[in-house]
Amino acid sequence: MPTEASTLPEVLAKYESDLIDEWVRLQLAELSSSAHGLQERQIRDESRDFLNSLRHALETTNGRYISSPEFSRVRDNLEAICTSRLNQGFSPSEVATFVFSLKHPLFNRLRRELHNDMEMFGERTWEATMLIDKLGLYVTEVYQKERNQVIARQQQEMMELSTPVVQLWDGVLALPLIGTLDSARTQVVMQNLLEAIVQTGAEIAIIDITGVPTVDTLVAQHLLKTIAAARLMGADCIVSGIRPQIAQTIIHLGVDLTNVITKATLADAFAIALRRSGMAVVRARSNGATANSVEVV
Amino acid sequence: MERIPILKMGEFLLVTIQVDMHDRLVMTLQEDLTERIVKSRARGVLIDISALEIVDSFIGRMLANIAGMARLLDAETVLVGMQPAVAITLVELGLSLNGIRTALNVERGMDLLRSSADIGGQ
Repeated sequence: MPTEASTLPEVLAKYESDLIDEWVRLQLAELSSSAHGLQERQIRDESRDFLNSLRHALETTNGRYISSPEFSRVRDNLEAICTSRLNQGFSPSEVATFVFSLKHPLFNRLRRELHNDMEMFGERTWEATMLIDKLGLYVTEVYQKERNQVIARQQQEMMELSTPVVQLWDGVLALPLIGTLDSARTQVVMQNLLEAIVQTGAEIAIIDITGVPTVDTLVAQHLLKTIAAARLMGADCIVSGIRPQIAQTIIHLGVDLTNVITKATLADAFAIALRRSGMAVVRARSNGATANSVEVV
Repeated sequence: MERIPILKMGEFLLVTIQVDMHDRLVMTLQEDLTERIVKSRARGVLIDISALEIVDSFIGRMLANIAGMARLLDAETVLVGMQPAVAITLVELGLSLNGIRTALNVERGMDLLRSSADIGGQ
């Protein structure tokens, strides 16, 4: 008896709906424990699209290189499925299940078609295994890539969040630093500060390091760089928010901050900044006359 | 030959760098400026580099040198209008220009020169 469907795409075409049914059932069984609220309809649609694109790809090329252009639709499909499942909180193995659960139904169909020709059956099974394994690995890769993108985006957001420059007074800027200062962040801090100096015409910048957990020689060096750059733009820097622990560390490390004005608290630094710009904060008198020195012109 | 103009304003000299600096130009500026300081008996020099977008270590060092020479000739140098990118570059090059006074713009630079001239004159 001659077999009608002897190649993978032919098998896929012949048993399409049957295959999808079993595949979807398997997927649901695998996922039922975690119950991510994925609808059967959705899985069915995704599976059909994927199988279609896979069949088209296999009709034009062999399944040896899934990075070839013929497989671009398959890859796009997989990426879309991967992204949507990642966003729903699936684990990598759960995402990979989508591909691997195709194995069993597909092998069954192959066996039914090729039970007369063991050699052919072995070869096709091998082809299918290789293909599905590669696709499974690809899914994991995509998953990893998506994760890395999420991490990178969050890092970027954290970077932006943690380096604000605020204007405290006319001509006085504050730079509350939160988190460890590495070279990448120093660049951002420096740039933000210098741009703010240009924009506001500030003459004094207060760098508050209350939120910096530790100061080592590198952090101190970055701090000194920022101060030097601000000075080149004509603005003086005051470092504030030095905790006792940090003060001890700085001296133990032998970091020289003698050329920098340092204050224990932001309030002290602000008072110095005001005094330098010729202003004073005076308590308003009870008869309603306010001290004009607090008023900004 | 290309030269950077040096303007005299009262007892101060005003240098506005409007072109990209190259090594020859900054050498010429150094010679011209020291001569002018002596000739005009200037008390202060204001160098405006707001149009300067690129510096290298040589230009940075020359700026520091010019300030040092001016100080020897009893004129104070104020460097004004430095671009943020230039400031970052100089700091990364390790040139913090510690001997030079700086200001954000020409107006503030002139204020700085005047106030220090007042103190020095008294």
